[in-house]
Amino acid sequence: MNVEVTITVNGTEHRLQVQPRTLLSTLLRDELDLTGTHVGCDTSSCGACTVLVDGNATKSCTMFAAQADGSSVTTVEGLASNGELHPIQEAFREMHGLQCGFCTPGMMITAVQILERNPSPSEAEIRSGLRGNLCRCTGYHNIVRAVQHAASSAGGA
Amino acid sequence: MTTGTTDPFAYHAPTSVREASQALSRYRGDAKLLAGGHSLIPMMKLRIASPQAIIDLRNVEGLRGITENDDGSITIGAMTTYHELVTSDVINSKAPAIAQAASQVADTQVRNWGTIGGSLAHADPAGDLPAVAVALGMEINSASARSSRSISCDRFFRGYLETALRANEVLTGVTVPAQAEGSGSAYVKLANKASHYAIVGVAASVTIDGGGICTEARIGITGAGPHAIRSRRAERILVGKELTESVINRAAQRGGADIAGMFNDDVHASAEYREAMTKVYTARAVSAAVACADA
Repeated sequence: MNVEVTITVNGTEHRLQVQPRTLLSTLLRDELDLTGTHVGCDTSSCGACTVLVDGNATKSCTMFAAQADGSSVTTVEGLASNGELHPIQEAFREMHGLQCGFCTPGMMITAVQILERNPSPSEAEIRSGLRGNLCRCTGYHNIVRAVQHAASSAGGA
Repeated sequence: MTTGTTDPFAYHAPTSVREASQALSRYRGDAKLLAGGHSLIPMMKLRIASPQAIIDLRNVEGLRGITENDDGSITIGAMTTYHELVTSDVINSKAPAIAQAASQVADTQVRNWGTIGGSLAHADPAGDLPAVAVALGMEINSASARSSRSISCDRFFRGYLETALRANEVLTGVTVPAQAEGSGSAYVKLANKASHYAIVGVAASVTIDGGGICTEARIGITGAGPHAIRSRRAERILVGKELTESVINRAAQRGGADIAGMFNDDVHASAEYREAMTKVYTARAVSAAVACADA
């Protein structure tokens, strides 16, 4: 039997009927066509599917959509506003914090939470904060620089 | 279909422990309680678990939060997340081993959802919180539709993924007993580099009197055996003595004595390596607990 899920995604409320086993990542990608949220490992290891659920970085492949009923979700598509890139997106561009781009949506969402919880993180705090997000191209250095850049542009460290 | 999935199941989100317990009874052992889901959902994707029903505890009243009681004990609701434990002033000041363990679980995304109740009820042999529960002498609180009880951590972990919870019981929270004056606790672990699960994790709690003598010691070890195990043989060496480096090292040599013959032996580490590391990390955990008591 399906369950009804009311979920606000990037500011828009949706009411959907889904199978209980529908993952949040599936709801976002297949039901709402928000394919910026990537599914990499599907085993809650790689973090490519990370979205914010009520402000908390969440691996959307490891959550049933039903659990997100009543929640507010931000995906990578929701970071920019009014045609302006979010500061973290700007910083990833500026510091070349990506190569193939597959991990980037998850990286940026996790980075948003890192800076929300700590506007002036040390390099070690950034690296530990990104531990749940794997990148197979960059070696992480430019990703860390991008987060540092976003922090300093926002008046942090 | 863009993502992997689980076998189908019926979904329930009750609002009380009573209803949750009744649902467990109704499915006669073929339902699973869902807390943070970060152990259960991966297991369901792998078909290690394929329950007929999921009973999501997210709407159940009274299962969240950290309360300091008048007698100095701390009650922690089962649905309290690792992140909430790591950032709690009460936990950091009164029971730092809990915060140390929670901060070392996986990554920030997992810590946002994983819960103390889920960790204990799941009883992963490499879970971090079970070792701390044993070292701090936690009481595990559970309830069914008709009654509630407290289970000592010493009797809670029974085997691989096996606890003393009955089929219709919901783990509602834990009580951390008041820590006596002069107490300190710590958790240290040798983590698997990829998963951050404990190859060996050791939690220690010591109480040192005004004369510098250890009056109580509890050591909980995870990762090494089939479930979190209390290291009584090592504790016995500590109690009644001044905790010098040589006493700590002597106790650490007995760190794995209570796990003899039960060491895990798998792709992550051999039994021999785990036994050796249990000694090393027992020494580190006790030293850190002593430093915490001194502070």
